[in-house]
Amino acid sequence: MDRAILSGNEAIARGAYEAGVKVASAYPGTPSTEILENVINYSEIDASWAPNEKVALEVAIGASFGGARALACMKHVGVNVAADPLFTLSYTGVRGGLVLVVADDPEMHSSQNEQDSRNYAKFAKIPMLEPADSEECKEFTRLAFELSEEFDTPVMLRSVTRISHGKSIVTLGERVDNLPAPALVKDAAKLVMLPGNARVRHPKVEERIVNLSRWGTTATINRSEMRSAELGVICSGVVYQYVREVLPQASILKLGMVYPLPHDLIRDFASKVKTLLVIEELDPFIEEQVKAMGLQVTGKALFSLCGELSPGRIRNALEQGGLLAKVVSAPVTVEKLPPRPPNMCPGCPHRGVFYLLNRLNAYVTGDIGCYTLGFLPPLNAMDTCVCMGASISNASGIVRSLPREEQQRVVAVIGDSTFLHTGVNSLMEMAWNQAPATVLILDNRITAMTGRQENPASGFTLSGETAPEVNIADLCRAIGIKHVVTVDPYDLVATRAVLEAEMQRPEPSVIITDRPCCLMKGECRFEKGKILAVDQNQCTGCKACLRIGCPAIEWQPASDGKKGKAYIDPLLCTGCTVCQQLCKFDAIN
Amino acid sequence: MNDKVTNILLVGVGGQGTLLASEILSETFMLAGFDVKKSEIHGMSQRGGSVVSHVRFGRAVASPTVPEGEGDVLFGFELLEAYRYLPLLHAGAKVVVNDYRIPPPSVLLGQEVYPDDLADRIRSRFPDFLLVDGLHLASEAGNPKAANTVLLGAVSKRLEIAEEHWLAALHKMVPAKALEVNIRAFQMGRAL
Ligand SMILES: Cc1ncc(C[n+]2csc(CCOP(=O)(O)OP(=O)(O)O)c2C)c(N)n1
Ligand code: SF4
Ligand code: SF4
Repeated sequence: MDRAILSGNEAIARGAYEAGVKVASAYPGTPSTEILENVINYSEIDASWAPNEKVALEVAIGASFGGARALACMKHVGVNVAADPLFTLSYTGVRGGLVLVVADDPEMHSSQNEQDSRNYAKFAKIPMLEPADSEECKEFTRLAFELSEEFDTPVMLRSVTRISHGKSIVTLGERVDNLPAPALVKDAAKLVMLPGNARVRHPKVEERIVNLSRWGTTATINRSEMRSAELGVICSGVVYQYVREVLPQASILKLGMVYPLPHDLIRDFASKVKTLLVIEELDPFIEEQVKAMGLQVTGKALFSLCGELSPGRIRNALEQGGLLAKVVSAPVTVEKLPPRPPNMCPGCPHRGVFYLLNRLNAYVTGDIGCYTLGFLPPLNAMDTCVCMGASISNASGIVRSLPREEQQRVVAVIGDSTFLHTGVNSLMEMAWNQAPATVLILDNRITAMTGRQENPASGFTLSGETAPEVNIADLCRAIGIKHVVTVDPYDLVATRAVLEAEMQRPEPSVIITDRPCCLMKGECRFEKGKILAVDQNQCTGCKACLRIGCPAIEWQPASDGKKGKAYIDPLLCTGCTVCQQLCKFDAIN
Repeated sequence: MNDKVTNILLVGVGGQGTLLASEILSETFMLAGFDVKKSEIHGMSQRGGSVVSHVRFGRAVASPTVPEGEGDVLFGFELLEAYRYLPLLHAGAKVVVNDYRIPPPSVLLGQEVYPDDLADRIRSRFPDFLLVDGLHLASEAGNPKAANTVLLGAVSKRLEIAEEHWLAALHKMVPAKALEVNIRAFQMGRAL
């Protein structure tokens, strides 16, 4: 049989293919994005991006109601957006199997919080599987569809960054081809959730979770590996791999299904070991349930509630708890080094805008995307960032609390993908209630932060087909914003003038910037772009050009006590001219 | 085959191509008949931030990340980042680093200086250290963009894997039109 090295995300996509999935929908979000980007390679599956996670899940629900197997994927915070349909889907159950893949990001490598999605499974009363490597990603995805249909429930599959973006060897299988053909079926008692029907469904939900727990006691995805009787560890997912690494002698109860828990299996395992530990990332999710069973167990007394685990972190915690002998080692240490935070690309259309917001002393309610990096020095031009879409509604709220002079400083900054995700709703509120703030939509035509996925304004679908483009300016007008201006963000004079005018206006207004992300193929070096250089004779060392934080511009201190000068790296410069417009001495050409 | 797992760390700056290099390593180890795992971070840090990928191979590999302090080989794409991640290595580790510096933001702004003695500092702690002029050698091979492949060649020399597996992985992973230059770059690195 064919073997391949696949990432967890590639393996989940493969599992969906093998499970006979017909429809897949998602909104991008690290670390989940590549699942759908791989599903699209299987022509048997209709895969597409949705404008947000709620819509993605609802598309999958629709396909399931039609009788097809359906997949929805999102990052952990996406489930917050999709929670509304999810909780009632728990009551309706499914027709074709439905799996919701959620990718958590412990350690917040690329996220604004590190919420633990396992709580959603318990909250929505649906099962959750958690794979520990790519092979399990594929196998559990297949199994999740079977469980979904067998127990009439949506199934969540939880990954984490180290699983989604980890690679390991997978054995490839065939696609199932004996699934019933989708068809319209009327079944209002199951699919129309009005109080009368929902009251009938709720007891089924409770009964289902008991049945699933019983199933889990004999299911092979929950397995006890008996080794030493001294120490037994309950764990799941990637943490299982770390435990194998650090405690090769310990007995392990490896849970493939983290909700509901297999109570009998846990009791049996606990009775066979002297000391019982739960090792899990983030919340004491398993620990609390094991404690509620009346068992003696240690967990978060030793391990942190914050961040991800690793072999080293587990070892340290066990050493401190006296469960592992201290190894004496002389670790290599290094002195403090200049940090290297991420930065916007050279020539990014967002950069000049943040420079101006800083100069105009704007108070920026921010949002999530590449432009969030505008909060870093030297731009320092973002003051809040909560969740996708919040910039506009936060601005609307903040101006209500302020005197007029302060209101003028408030600018909401949001990207095109984020605007179409949930920002539109916020703008409706702002227009409706006439909150006098300025909204700046940085329309770079793409969802850049997560790796350039198409969005409803891009003019393309996931499969690359041309599609209608949302006209963002017309949309804002239709919502009721009277003042909508479009501006070229590389033209600092024009952009500044527009910003000043709109910030002063005592009404809601929208400014849209119209240059594409410079990583988009073919559009990187835009028409007038020629690579610029600093004329070392003209440069006075005033550092004005450094204030935009372009990675292509470096300060070169002079060795002889004179003033240093700026230097542009020709390999990095895109010729966007933003630095040139700041130089008062015509030194950049 | 013994039970020892070999731990490789690839470190550099987001956008430098660490992902592709770790891909080629993993493919090679799989072709050579080993179990392989790797782990990396996508997203935010790829915008010019500090990045580290882990690749592990052996008879059976559990954790996808290298346990802290157990790195056997450091494959550095940039000097400052190579230095930053030394604590992930054990004292006898092998270190191969591109002789290349990318100033981080505070250095670009003139607020901090880029240390100029990093190579010496690394060498004093890790005697098995190789500094590679990747850009120069790659230009000689025919394309400066093949610098990572020169480094890969140098790393390959420090791992006990038959050359045929490396070449097979390159054939599989490198686009046909760039293959010839990359094979040349790989051989130049291997000869170092
Ligand atoms: C609810 C939710 N879903 C997904 C994400 C992941 N995410 C972060 S930024 C972003 C989109 C950024 O696109 P855009 O607003 O167009 O800005 P750009 O990065 O292109 O500048 C996404 C999908 C998230 N943080 N929260
Ligand atoms: S990816 Fe595009 S939008 Fe993001 S920082 Fe780079 S140029 Fe700007
Ligand atoms: S023109 Fe100036 S600001 Fe634009 S990429 Fe080049 S150096 Fe950076």
